[in-house]
Amino acid sequence: MAMPVSGVPTETPVSQAPELGSARAFGRIGRAVRLNRKATIGAVILGIFILIALFPFVIAHDSPTQDAYPAQLGISTAHLLGTNHYGQDLFAQLVYGTRNVLIIAFTVGLATTGIAVLIGVAGAYLGGTWDNSLNVVTDVLLVIPLFPLLIVIAAYAHGGTTPVLILAITLTSWSYTARQLRSQALTLRNRDFLEAARVRGERRLYIIVVEVIPTMTSLIVASFLTNALYAVLFASSLQFIGLGDPNTVSWGTTLYWAQNNAALQTGEPLWAIAPGALIAILGAAFALLNYAFDEIGNPALRPVRKTRKKGAQPVGRGQRG
Amino acid sequence: MIYALRRLGFFLFTLWIALTLNFFLPRLMPGNPALAMMSKFHGELSPKAVNALEILFGVNTKESLLSQYFGYLHQILTGNFGTSLSQYPASVSSVIGSAIWWTFGLVGIATILAFALGTFLGIVSAWRRGSKLDSVVPPTFVIVSAVPYFWVAMVLVLIFGLTLHWFPSQGGYYVTTDSPGLNFIFFQDVINHAFLPAAALLITTIGTWILTMRNTMITTLAEDYVRMARAKGLPSRRIMFDYAARNAILPNLTGFAMSLGFVVSGAILIEYVFNYPGVGFMLLQAVSSEDYPLMQGLFLLITVAVLFAILVADVLTALLDPRTRTAR
Repeated sequence: MAMPVSGVPTETPVSQAPELGSARAFGRIGRAVRLNRKATIGAVILGIFILIALFPFVIAHDSPTQDAYPAQLGISTAHLLGTNHYGQDLFAQLVYGTRNVLIIAFTVGLATTGIAVLIGVAGAYLGGTWDNSLNVVTDVLLVIPLFPLLIVIAAYAHGGTTPVLILAITLTSWSYTARQLRSQALTLRNRDFLEAARVRGERRLYIIVVEVIPTMTSLIVASFLTNALYAVLFASSLQFIGLGDPNTVSWGTTLYWAQNNAALQTGEPLWAIAPGALIAILGAAFALLNYAFDEIGNPALRPVRKTRKKGAQPVGRGQRG
Repeated sequence: MIYALRRLGFFLFTLWIALTLNFFLPRLMPGNPALAMMSKFHGELSPKAVNALEILFGVNTKESLLSQYFGYLHQILTGNFGTSLSQYPASVSSVIGSAIWWTFGLVGIATILAFALGTFLGIVSAWRRGSKLDSVVPPTFVIVSAVPYFWVAMVLVLIFGLTLHWFPSQGGYYVTTDSPGLNFIFFQDVINHAFLPAAALLITTIGTWILTMRNTMITTLAEDYVRMARAKGLPSRRIMFDYAARNAILPNLTGFAMSLGFVVSGAILIEYVFNYPGVGFMLLQAVSSEDYPLMQGLFLLITVAVLFAILVADVLTALLDPRTRTAR
């Protein structure tokens, strides 16, 4: 994974035309997701996970934490993934664990993107001392290796409960998005429609919230997806190495117990492989959606089509008028 | 030159921030974690080591926070990172020194391989745009890049280590039978042990190189000088490598310089899964045994490596691409 561990991604130029209003932008995104096959697959997978997280009891009838069964049962209809060393039903544990993973993904994704919008856009638009000082903070966070930093923080905190993990990841990992949004906002700063708003005498806050931010909706959505993906990877990794709360029901925690009991070596491979596979699938869903957004934002990257069907026109073209 | 100096200034500043974080984090946490650590190791430490620890973590001292801070900076800048607690009485620097070569060897070689192979696949994939290769390779690695490193490592351990028994899956060599040194068997065992972790790294990092190269190259392929080269009737291999790829490789090259900085920290979880005796595994061991001096030392080392690599990448970009010099 272009994992968090190896932070500082190269800056990608983002070329997008400003749109009118965020409702329109979201409409455009919705259409784009339907028309792009990669995005559709990603959206469907993500949707399934969300349903599981909301209603885990519908498909899993066992308790995720009770040592209710004999240890190390094989795969059967009663125990779809068997039971682990402690006699816990693995399937139930993973189903119930989905909620924790998604809570972390969405909370961190929203929070980091929010902070990044605030800092990136405000800095770019306000300019001057504000911009300079916000910039230094962003730059510093951008180059400090995040995963080791998170390990150090979690170690001093003596293991992170879910809120601690969310807080630590949020506070450290907004910088890349802030940088991206700032460059995008800088290109907008002297556009006519903002000039017009200024002449109308609108307040700065109004201009930033109503005029600047909506034009960047697709970039913001893409950033949210990236941040959510990294949140999942960071949090699960921390839980995996034992820096989470070992009593939380989560995929990372399941991995931790599996590793602790040498599940691979003692003939319980599913215990270790299944939660990792779920992380991989969820990560892939985020990545597919994101890849599709890249194609939407940068038409040059779209797959070349030999014959163009009616109505299957690439999105983003001819809709601006 | 001024640009390089300015960047250098920024990196020294960032380093100072990292040092300051190292200083304040243990002090800010509820119930100074160092206190627990000190009482745990009480009686096993020499008075001198205790003193150094007290300066590092601000325990049992009546000094003000500010003078503690300067004492700490002085100690770090003179190269004294304290004594490792889990491997007492070895100093933190010597403990790190014993682990770092394992990481350099394993992650360094895997990084170079991934870069070379990935860039090449990216070039070919962009050149044959829309071909079978191009429709399979990039999306595959987009997905793979979202897969956690450590999971790939686990799957490799399960398949090639435990099921097929092709490669050993734990450690850096056979601790019980090998005698580390310059002998052929040891050398062979080291390679064998490095194979699976290196493969895990290669699989998970190669995608970024492929995609960056492919996407930049697609842009260059549309340039006039490429059309010009085609019009001249140059052989396509020449156009592919000397015209298109050469102009598209810059983002990958700077990315490569940067990734060398992450060699030290990039494989923490892989080393963990394989119990590989490198820096990352050591960091996690330091965490679990509450060996905070070692942990701090490793975090600083990792930060310095990354900062240095980014600095190199910046200077490299400025040297290779004149446009970035004027733009700033």
